[in-house]
Amino acid sequence: MTPGAIERSALRLDRVGATLAALGVGGLALGPFVSARPNRIVDGVPHGLFEALPPSLAAFVALVAAAAALVALSQAPPVLRAFAGAAALACLTLALGQAPRHLTAPGDIYARVAPGWGYWLAGFASTLLIADALTRLRFRPLARLAALVIAGLAAAAAIGSGALDDLSIMKEYAIRATSFWAEARTHLALALGSVAAALAIGAPLGVAVHRVTAARGPTLAVLTVVQTIPSIALFGLLIAPLAWLARTIPGAAEIGIAGVGAAPAFVALTLYALLPVVGSVVSGLGAAPPPAIDAARGAGMTDWQVLAQIEAPLGAPTFLSGLRVVTVQNIGLTTIAALVGGGGFGTFVFQGVGQTAIDLVLLGAVPTVALSFVAAVVLDAASESAGAHA
Amino acid sequence: MITIERLTKRYDDDVVVDDVSLEIAEGAIVAVVGASGSGKTTLLRMINRMVEPTSGRVLIAGEDTRATAPHLLRRSIGYAIQGHGLFPHRTIAENVATTPKLLGWDKARIEARVDELLSLFGLEPAIYGPRRPHQLSGGQQQRVGVARALAAFPRVLLMDEPFGALDPIVRAKAQADLRAIQRKLGVTVVLVTHDMDEATSLADRIAIMERGRLVQEATPVEVLTHPATQFAADMFGADERPFRLLSLKSVADLTQPGEAGGEPIAADADRREALAALLWSGRAAAPVTGAGGERLGIVTLARLVEAAAAKAR
Amino acid sequence: MKAAAWTLRLLTLALLAVYLIRPETFAAALAPLAPAGAPAVYTQSSVLELAAIHVAIAAVATVLATAAALALAVFATRPAGSAFLPLFRSVANAGQTFPPVAVLAIAVPSVGFGEAPTLIALTLYGVLPVFENALSGIEGVSPAVLDAARGAGLSPRQELLEVELPLALPAILSGVRLSAVIALSTATIGSTVAARTLGEVVIAGLATNNLAYIVQGAAAIAALTVLISDALGALERWAARRAGRG
Ligand SMILES: Nc1ncnc2c1ncn2[C@@H]1O[C@H](COP(=O)(O)OP(=O)(O)OP(=O)(O)O)[C@@H](O)[C@H]1O
Ligand SMILES: [Mg+2]
Repeated sequence: MTPGAIERSALRLDRVGATLAALGVGGLALGPFVSARPNRIVDGVPHGLFEALPPSLAAFVALVAAAAALVALSQAPPVLRAFAGAAALACLTLALGQAPRHLTAPGDIYARVAPGWGYWLAGFASTLLIADALTRLRFRPLARLAALVIAGLAAAAAIGSGALDDLSIMKEYAIRATSFWAEARTHLALALGSVAAALAIGAPLGVAVHRVTAARGPTLAVLTVVQTIPSIALFGLLIAPLAWLARTIPGAAEIGIAGVGAAPAFVALTLYALLPVVGSVVSGLGAAPPPAIDAARGAGMTDWQVLAQIEAPLGAPTFLSGLRVVTVQNIGLTTIAALVGGGGFGTFVFQGVGQTAIDLVLLGAVPTVALSFVAAVVLDAASESAGAHA
Repeated sequence: MITIERLTKRYDDDVVVDDVSLEIAEGAIVAVVGASGSGKTTLLRMINRMVEPTSGRVLIAGEDTRATAPHLLRRSIGYAIQGHGLFPHRTIAENVATTPKLLGWDKARIEARVDELLSLFGLEPAIYGPRRPHQLSGGQQQRVGVARALAAFPRVLLMDEPFGALDPIVRAKAQADLRAIQRKLGVTVVLVTHDMDEATSLADRIAIMERGRLVQEATPVEVLTHPATQFAADMFGADERPFRLLSLKSVADLTQPGEAGGEPIAADADRREALAALLWSGRAAAPVTGAGGERLGIVTLARLVEAAAAKAR
Repeated sequence: MKAAAWTLRLLTLALLAVYLIRPETFAAALAPLAPAGAPAVYTQSSVLELAAIHVAIAAVATVLATAAALALAVFATRPAGSAFLPLFRSVANAGQTFPPVAVLAIAVPSVGFGEAPTLIALTLYGVLPVFENALSGIEGVSPAVLDAARGAGLSPRQELLEVELPLALPAILSGVRLSAVIALSTATIGSTVAARTLGEVVIAGLATNNLAYIVQGAAAIAALTVLISDALGALERWAARRAGRG
């Protein structure tokens, strides 16, 4: 770019940045920063930024937010934009952790202070600013994974430092610290285990269906119908046969097969993952251009060599992006397992719904979303690097 | 008809079309040639404002193109591109009717015009009109693309490698069609092409682009015999030039009195064909016959060879 | 093959209709699944009414989601909005990582129990598939076709309405179908926050350990979903033929 061009572009507003700045600053100025409740189930009282925090801290937050908004508005380089977004997000969140101390009497263990929609909006805008900047940087897969690790470490440091301990969601966590980690393990085992099981069954099935074209229609049709059975119902439907198995087959109960609990959830999740797994194997294998297959045959490869050396590598990106959808879907669906006593983060969600305690809902929802997000980023990176190599 | 004045297009610091001025006469066919990336397409697209010039202006029939809203301007200019760009969701007849419909013609007039154009391009309206583009061969699609560009009686027809994707035989037929139709309708044509035979045989004048600049604009003969730059000379191929030159004219004015045997050559055959016929049959001369088969005289190898020399003009 | 498919379709429709109008017809068939002494057929409320609400919520959500997604996709593919495209993409991708149950549960505090949170969750969740499909549909229109459209003198508006959207229609409809299927299945979960949908039958079965309830609820929802998805699939194929790809 010529110096003239740079001058001109510096004067121009960045449209995306302007929207995000308006969203964030507007949220912070108009919306409640936190909502405070005397106890966990009554309605909250909204507090703006300057009510929720000591004046100096509030002013500091406002200053950082304004600075980030200015960076967003201008045509600043992506690195600076990402940094501004991260600074705003960190500052907002750490300040949020201070609000309870300012708003509640020391020693009041019943009071709950939760983020208000002003915080959510400003945080959302900051996150989007980071996301937009990262897209503009066009990170390679490995760099994206590194960014994810850094973000994870930052979040862990913020939580581990105790700076957020007085927030309502962390109070809910404090009460349930042991069961939280147990449910986390269950959730992971159910979600990832079912995907693994679906892969073990679905990948060979997909290869078979790819090779025997006649079997494709009927197999996919059956799997499609399985997918239309609502997840809750599928969990429920499996209770009876599994209970029957547990009663009749000696030893079945000992290895964990039971009518209620994790077993029906596991089977249901596996069945749910089966269609997308088979589907993405079939469409992945179908992605190889016919001339490439023709050439491979012409070079003397056997059918299996064509499959292993041509169709599989060329189909890997399609397959992996299918796997990403399945994994994200199953991490989300696992929340429903709680309804049949399967455990997982859904336990907190449904308890929270039952008690109308939003903090408890969030205690289940936030880690689920985080898990899905991590899975999505990791598998996206895998799919992209497979695409780069193919 | 078209006046291009000091037209420049810049993308950031890239000067893609550099200060090009060009005058195109009414009813002429101008071929724009040049290496890939030399700015031909960009120059063409600035005429109908598909690309907005950085500076300079274009006048059509004396009127600045900036005086009209781009989409309205384009309704008076035909535009045909490589890969035809037919609308896959519309029938052939609807495709051809695109611009007349935009101009609000009544139904009967549109229908008559569509039938006329399809017939003109050798596509039976009753058979092809109701078809979808994917039910036509590549050559037929290309012809429909040109027919669509001509539908609303444009004063100017812009074509960007319209026949690039066709096989040589179909291409030759399409070129002949274009020439005949252009003569009939009197439309001014600007044709971007990579095919030098197409340029020399079809165009009245050839414009040569080199790295964004217009380096020569002249008749095919002039361009062949007096190329302005080394590049212009290379483009027509040193080993092909004499033959291209021969192909521009017929044997009629090389005919001299005399006697010769063997297969006669038609007077309106081009000189390249005549030379090939003589070389192939190993003769030094051949009889020339008129349209009715009457003997006009002979054409000799020596005269043809002489005519192939650049300094002959 | 075709006849078999039609027989299957009509049979499904007939069974569903009979169940919704006179559920007691199936009492005998379902009895072995019900615990001793418990009713085999759900009669606490009219299943026809539940099905109607179920479909209505899903339909309204799908329509709202489609409208929002189309607006976003069209905006992001215009010159004025193209700067927003990467952002919309990443938001849509991140949105996918929110499990429907979580969206449902988080909506409850602000709008209360019942159909409202379900409608919100379904709408939010339905935007993504339509958005992604509309985007790939619009971006998939061949550049030559767009060039020709502009060259023929179509205004930007005409280009959108007469070329881009008709050609993207099959992709958009496939997104709508996906969105509708998700909505129908997520509406079931709505019953956990007291929305009156067919999920109520399943939840009642889970709560009272009555397999007969679970089976009839599941079968009714599955039949409904299959039939609706089938009909939308036919619409999609019709659109694809019209777009010149048939
Ligand atoms: N929208 C654009 N942005 C930036 N550069 C462009 C744009 N369009 C064209 N160019 C550049 O301008 C130059 C000329 O392009 P143009 O399409 O006019 O060439 P051309 O002579 O038609 O080439 P070809 O024979 O390959 O079609 C090329 O270097 C091209 O990369
Ligand atoms: Mg070009």
